[in-house]
Amino acid sequence: MNLRINGKNESINNVVNIRELILSKNLCLEKIVVEYNLNILPKEKWGEIVLQENDNLEIISFVGGG
Amino acid sequence: MEDLLVIGGKEFKNRLFVGTGKFANYPLMKEALLSSQIELVTVALRRVDAGSKSDNILDYVPESCTLMPNTSGARSAEEAVRIARIAKAAGAGNWVKIEVIRDNKYLLPDNLETLKATEILAKEGFIVLPYMSPDLSIARRLIEAGAAAVMPLGSPIGSNRGVKTKELIEIMVQEINAPVIVDAGIGRPSHACECMEIGCAAVLVNTAIAIADNPIDMAKAFSSAVYAGRTAYLTGVHAPLDDAQASSPLTGFLRIDK
Repeated sequence: MNLRINGKNESINNVVNIRELILSKNLCLEKIVVEYNLNILPKEKWGEIVLQENDNLEIISFVGGG
Repeated sequence: MEDLLVIGGKEFKNRLFVGTGKFANYPLMKEALLSSQIELVTVALRRVDAGSKSDNILDYVPESCTLMPNTSGARSAEEAVRIARIAKAAGAGNWVKIEVIRDNKYLLPDNLETLKATEILAKEGFIVLPYMSPDLSIARRLIEAGAAAVMPLGSPIGSNRGVKTKELIEIMVQEINAPVIVDAGIGRPSHACECMEIGCAAVLVNTAIAIADNPIDMAKAFSSAVYAGRTAYLTGVHAPLDDAQASSPLTGFLRIDK
């Protein structure tokens, strides 16, 4: 399945929902925000949303900045 | 009476706002924020790389600080709005520093896109503080659009060059009925003091503190300078004169009149 993640095309296999995608990327669930097809997705929904071909995801966290 | 700065319904005693970029590490940043009793900090949002295990900066922002996410990385109003909404959804509250930059060399803000983003976000209930090039007309429009304050640049971000835009900022301070906060370019405490002496409501400093050999002490130095400048402004700084005005009596003394 092809997804667009953080502006790059990625081919992802063996992952059904967003929660699994995050875990497969070895990211900490607590520290990130997910924008899914331009909608901000509450963490409770991550396990429910079944990824579709060409979905667009932004995985974001806070960093230092002025 | 205590001198408090009120923005978006919040009261601030400390008029030094601090950006959280470029610190050597988060514990050091936290110590600098705590020891200078900083009350407002900015943070940024970034895409996360796979496997990223870096600490969450929010764990190192003291609870007493108001968090103001910026929209750095935005090149249009639309992107700034998107970033602000993400920050809010991430639990960072409803404050936002709008920063729309299309110029990579000088990092100067795009005032028109900034105005558009301000209009949208203020309507959505955000407390909006736009980073801007100092321009009186745009500042007025930003306030009309719902900005809680305006943040003109002193000189380009991270340049340490001081308040090169001072005369324009002074005009804004005199003409706008909203807090004017100098953001960017403040390289040393005397620059911050200068802003406060002319009546700015606060200053936002990042690089000069974060990359100092001792950020904890530098934050204190800035905090003192901001306090000194503010106090001088409130007390009344006199205009310069062309001629000398003696401060000691000039009557004859130890001199024999002939």
